[in-house]
Amino acid sequence: MSAVIDSGAARAPAGVPAPARATALAPPRASDAVSEPAWVRRTLIGVALAFLTLFLFVPLVSVFVQALAKGLDVYWAALVEADAVSALKLTLIAAGVSVPLNLVFGVAAAWAIAKFDFRGKNLLLTLIDLPFSVSPVIAGLIYMLIFGLQGWCGEWLRDHDLKIVFAVPGIVLATVFVTFPFIARELIPLMQAQGQEQEEAARVLGASGWQILWRVTLPNVKWALLYGVILCNARAMGEFGAVSVVSGHIRGQTNTLPLHIEILYNDYQFAAAFAVASLLAALALVTLVLKYIVERRAHASFDLENRDEH
Amino acid sequence: MSTRALLLRRHSVLPGFNLSLGFALLYLCLIVLVPLSAVFLKTFTVSWGTFVGTVTSPRVLASYRLTFGASLLAALVNGVFGLLVAWVLVRYRFAGRRVVDALVDLPFALPTAVAGIALTTLYASNGWIGKWLPFKVSYTPLGVFVALTFIGLPFVVRTVQPVLEDLQRELEEAAATLGASRLQTFAHVIFPALMPALLTGFALAFARALGEYGSVIFIAGNMPMVSEITSLLIITKLEQYDYTGATAIAVVMLVAAFLLLLLINLLQAWARRRQGR
Repeated sequence: MSAVIDSGAARAPAGVPAPARATALAPPRASDAVSEPAWVRRTLIGVALAFLTLFLFVPLVSVFVQALAKGLDVYWAALVEADAVSALKLTLIAAGVSVPLNLVFGVAAAWAIAKFDFRGKNLLLTLIDLPFSVSPVIAGLIYMLIFGLQGWCGEWLRDHDLKIVFAVPGIVLATVFVTFPFIARELIPLMQAQGQEQEEAARVLGASGWQILWRVTLPNVKWALLYGVILCNARAMGEFGAVSVVSGHIRGQTNTLPLHIEILYNDYQFAAAFAVASLLAALALVTLVLKYIVERRAHASFDLENRDEH
Repeated sequence: MSTRALLLRRHSVLPGFNLSLGFALLYLCLIVLVPLSAVFLKTFTVSWGTFVGTVTSPRVLASYRLTFGASLLAALVNGVFGLLVAWVLVRYRFAGRRVVDALVDLPFALPTAVAGIALTTLYASNGWIGKWLPFKVSYTPLGVFVALTFIGLPFVVRTVQPVLEDLQRELEEAAATLGASRLQTFAHVIFPALMPALLTGFALAFARALGEYGSVIFIAGNMPMVSEITSLLIITKLEQYDYTGATAIAVVMLVAAFLLLLLINLLQAWARRRQGR
């Protein structure tokens, strides 16, 4: 913990003398006109922490406690059981396809939006955000309407012996849909803020478009890109509603980890359900840690750039 | 078809406009727009009377009441506590603050099914929290509220936090110099400045709650007319091969979501103007 605080202090502008730096970062004193009495502060912190404990920390801890409630043997057995392994494989496939696809889309969309001016840009931005406001269940439903037996291509698919819904392609498609905006949304605002001077300079110096992308643009946005990938992956592996609609719940074939958890839970195999859930909870924690690191790095490089300008 | 003619871009020395925009538009159409249009096209195949009959049947109306009511209540609770958490994280220093700050995003990162089974077990009448409560939470509409509060928690905190960090301390000092008490300063100086962000966070949490499925179905009990949310009703109709009914309800929820999206965009534009950007 202390190392973290130290690096926080190091981020204060170098020109500021040490005492001033300390006051800038130290908690406001109770006597300050712009702070609250100590008892008010303590009460507010207490209430906020109580709320977070009840709604966040206890549920998180309970996942791991319940997972180990029947001992390590039961825990391990739940993870290596055949259906769990195949669910894990399918989850990895869904994330492994949707993350790269949405990554390429995110870079392409951000390049067009941030580096060029064109009519309809705001409409495009709104459309990119659209999957965020579509309920996961509806995201699954739309693929049923197209590829389901009563859907647009349902009979054609059946005649050609192709399966999309109640099979792996449907699960992948639904996952791609719900994770669609994640990377684009991280990249677009940052690339817009960075402008296009560096790319134009590279162009004038004779770099090709791909060279500019690889050597100038992507290095500039690497932290946002990484964060987008992390978020996209977390959501892809954890998606439940959309995948549940198109999966058909065929054990060992079309179950992802979240769906496997549901089946175990509804079978009253609570320890096994929580054991599988603990995998996804651990993934969530890793995501949060990576997010924390990425944010610190992004802040650090941002401050470094600003300091260079002074 | 040339995207350049269609979209009239300003001249630039950078290459790759047609390729990047072309790919982005194609992908957007294939993954989002065409599939989404299927919902509306499907609705046009049914008569107006059938549509209205489906989306206003008593069981569907009961699910709207529960979904909208619990979402609103959860967003309100998140508005109050989210503001408090943002305030405490920005203004005060205490042990473990950074860990708490990082964990606020947990509901974004934790799969909804995991949240669902964890909350259900905790709030069941023999659970860690439920056994201390004199009333039932799991398998009642109250459980829906608990789940929706969990998943909406980060929205208000994360929209209010940056605004609070950027707030100029000078304004508060000026208010104090002019004789305002701390409470007056909060009510007349700080709170109005936070209002656009707070409303945006509230609307985001509400919108997210409306479409939530995974965390709710475990804890709700899913009794028709009592604790059945609209998303579940869509799935129930699908499982009965009633695609038309499912689509009709989905259209209602989509329209509500789009209206909220519009509202959120307006709120964010307002917030940007307030911040003078």
